Amino acid sequence: MTFDLTPVLSELILFVGVLALLLVGAFREQDATSRLLAPLAILTLIVAAIVVIAQDKTRALGFDGHFVFDGYAAFLKVLILLGSAGALALAGGFLQDERIDRFEYPLLVLFASLGMSMMVSANSLIALYMSLELQSLSIYVMAAFHRDNLRSTEAGLKYFVLGALASGMLLYGCSLVYGFSGTLQFDALATLWSGADGGAKGLPLGALVGLIFVVSGLAFKMAAVPFHMWTPDVYEGAPSPVTAFMAGAPKVAAVGLLLRVLMGPFHQWVDQWQQIVIVVSIASMALGSFAAIGQSNFKRLMAYSGIANVGYALVGVAAGTAGGINGALVYMAIYLFMTIGTFACILLMRRQGRYVESIADLAGLSRRRPMMALALAIFMFSLAGIPPLAGFIGKLYVFKAAIDAGLIRFAVLGVVISVVGAYYYLRIVKIMYFDEPAEAFDPPTYPAVGSVVAICAVLMLFFVIPVLSSPILGSAQTAATALAK
Amino acid sequence: MGDWPLLSLVTFLPLVGAGFILCIRGEVEVVARNSRSVALWTSLVTFLLSLLVWGNFDPVQPGFQLVEKAPWLAGLGITYYMGVDGISLWFVLLSTLLTVVVVIGSWHSVHTRVKEYMIAFLLMDSLMVGVFCALDAILFYLFFEGILIPMYLIIGIWGGPRRIYAAFKFFLYTLLGSVLFLVAILVIYLHTGTTEIPEMTARLHASGLDLSIQKFLWIAMFASFAVKVPMWPFHTWLPDAHVEAPTAGSVLLAGVLLKLGGYGFLRFSLPMLPEASAYYAPFVFTLSIVAIVYTSLVALMQNDMKKLIAYSSVAHMGIVTIGIFTPNALGVEGSIMQMLSHGLVSGALFMVVGVVYDRIHSREIAAYGGLAEAMPVYAFTFMLFMMASVGLPGTSGFIGEILVIVGIFQFSSWVAAFAATGMILGAAYMLWLYRRVIFGALVKESLKGIRDMRFNEVVAFAPLVVLALVMGVYPSLFLDPMHASVDQLLAQIGVETTKLALR
Repeated sequence: MTFDLTPVLSELILFVGVLALLLVGAFREQDATSRLLAPLAILTLIVAAIVVIAQDKTRALGFDGHFVFDGYAAFLKVLILLGSAGALALAGGFLQDERIDRFEYPLLVLFASLGMSMMVSANSLIALYMSLELQSLSIYVMAAFHRDNLRSTEAGLKYFVLGALASGMLLYGCSLVYGFSGTLQFDALATLWSGADGGAKGLPLGALVGLIFVVSGLAFKMAAVPFHMWTPDVYEGAPSPVTAFMAGAPKVAAVGLLLRVLMGPFHQWVDQWQQIVIVVSIASMALGSFAAIGQSNFKRLMAYSGIANVGYALVGVAAGTAGGINGALVYMAIYLFMTIGTFACILLMRRQGRYVESIADLAGLSRRRPMMALALAIFMFSLAGIPPLAGFIGKLYVFKAAIDAGLIRFAVLGVVISVVGAYYYLRIVKIMYFDEPAEAFDPPTYPAVGSVVAICAVLMLFFVIPVLSSPILGSAQTAATALAK
Repeated sequence: MGDWPLLSLVTFLPLVGAGFILCIRGEVEVVARNSRSVALWTSLVTFLLSLLVWGNFDPVQPGFQLVEKAPWLAGLGITYYMGVDGISLWFVLLSTLLTVVVVIGSWHSVHTRVKEYMIAFLLMDSLMVGVFCALDAILFYLFFEGILIPMYLIIGIWGGPRRIYAAFKFFLYTLLGSVLFLVAILVIYLHTGTTEIPEMTARLHASGLDLSIQKFLWIAMFASFAVKVPMWPFHTWLPDAHVEAPTAGSVLLAGVLLKLGGYGFLRFSLPMLPEASAYYAPFVFTLSIVAIVYTSLVALMQNDMKKLIAYSSVAHMGIVTIGIFTPNALGVEGSIMQMLSHGLVSGALFMVVGVVYDRIHSREIAAYGGLAEAMPVYAFTFMLFMMASVGLPGTSGFIGEILVIVGIFQFSSWVAAFAATGMILGAAYMLWLYRRVIFGALVKESLKGIRDMRFNEVVAFAPLVVLALVMGVYPSLFLDPMHASVDQLLAQIGVETTKLALR
């Protein structure tokens, strides 16, 4: 057997990069190490992303079929790497201000990115579990990164304990599927029950239970109802740049992995898992939308917003078609930019050197900082799914897929819930534009944060212009056909 | 101008202007002055360009003209597809004209955040023109719902005391209707495989959709358009939004946004779902009659001028919805005329209220009286639009109402009779309003020093005055370009068009 490493090229770059940076960090005992490592880590992520874009997108297997590289993986890898790079760019200033700019931070982001990058390429249950754990363990540590802060350590611990439970469920599900099928490989699983007479045999009940456990474990990672409980507390407690990171790329990776599992080995059992995904989707949309109404902390609100958004992405997953994959991918891509942009705005909320997080602190922002208010308003309207902003295009794609799959009542319910969601996004716009100005925020000190805001806002505002949207929409289409085969 | 993308120019030019204003920096006063000028010139050029659309329009041709088409969203087969026909042409002109009018009208009355104000109105201009030009259902929806953003901000930032409540109600109420319309579009897309409006209509006719599905789709579309029109009992957002919005916001809300509902019925419900439209026509007539009679009576009892005019809008739009669902050319053309007339007249009436509100800061009818003494020009303008609103022959209001009533009379004399009561009640509340505000002796202390209309106000009213009269005495100018398109629309719903004496 030849040992071809081209499918894992980007992972190799990340891996070598993170080890090299680890050595640098370990041997340079200076305060400024993090300031040196963060740009290098961003560079590593971007190089890896470029390599993925340049790579041949035909399906290639690695590590005896445990690892797969195809158009689908490539699309998600680029999103994950760019999302991580963006979140890392946001972090520097905050970590310096809070005096927690240790050199481990960029390394943890790189390790998490490596895990996520492997997640979307996982082609067997063992690869799924390993990559997921690499990602999770890095993020547990990141959540508790502000170790002298009670809320941060609480967030880290809470995330770790609940995450361990979810991992346990996931592993139990994997073992059930393995026990009933005798194989770990997705490709083998896909053909196992689909032979000439395979359809008649049906899915063994044990494997179905295993699948449900696997889906539950993944639902925890993407914060879908009913496995969302940790989200508001962890999002609120973790340092803001960590929350920005957690809300973006890991969710994309988890949705990507879920699609990989459901549309790969279990594709022909759509009727078995579809109703589960629909229920999870509706519950996430509804809970995310209703619970966010009462929030006063912006990060907590974004946690509920994230829950609702995963619900919308699951609308595409529930469709169980190539169009549905396409919709979910487009939705997550747009969601990633909206979320990072919003968190970048949250990181600009600084008053007299202290970071503030309350929604009320935004009062009258449009008078004091019109461009920041404009950008945040763009993100809010986009999250609410109001055209012509990008969020609408995402919702259009997922609901189109659901309707094409015949799930019309589901789609009607989804769009009606989106009106509820619009309320709390509008409330933020109201506070920024209609209320009397509160005390001004400090002038922005870190250009990186401002530029992330600007890039994301421009992308969301002008997404309807084909020049901006066609690269994303086109490659999402390729990715969807690659997975749906 | 042959190959120029004229419609795209008209649609997106205001956005360019808005971009310019966004870049203006400096002292507050300078920014305000420059923003006003940029907004004025942009809206004026946009209006002139839209006149070119009229100039290049061929009234004999029934289909869409000045068509532009380009691929747009990859993967969904959604195109960027623009064009106008005899129905949408006038709404494009109405939108661009009213934008110029409100920019001039609010020259002196807006002092806070002028820059954002002008950006919001140019944004409105762009979206309003876009919605009437869009020939792709998704593109239409994009503009249709996009309008909510600037309007939400206009009501919320520059509105009255209860502006926040009104802004939220307006936004969420109309959004709830709109999303169901989106689902309807997507279902039709599933059935026809296209989102281009002309192609959708043609394929729906070829395939003959099941009546039960048609009914569901019709209700979903109705949810959106009935809220926009607004039809009773979905009108409750309107009095709040109108009363709290600044004058210019009310003008565009009444002048153009309400027409989106009627236009939606004409563009989607009627041609795409003809059987369901026929099935639900009595339902629409019932709601419209209730709207006409009930809201007219409510208007009679109002103490707030803006609220009175808001309720009169609901009544007038009741005539429009009756006309739209009348299966003959008179009714449909009458409804379009009524929409245009209402766009000019109720827009103007909101400005009339705005003129005195800027001076006295009260909308209470009781706060006024005897204004004819101090403000003769104002009294004349008010009278003209009051008469046009009542539907006096020779003004624009008459043409629309008479066409609709004659049209519906051929179909159902009962509906016609009830619709006609609207004209009587309309005369009652408008004349009474006019008497209380304008006539009598000028005794109130607060009104003693009131000034007549400023120059900018006269300029803003002038085109509306002229058009209200021209539309009243020479309606053919407006009706002629409509005939071909309306005939085609009626052919689509299976009505033989006969040449009628009134043409």
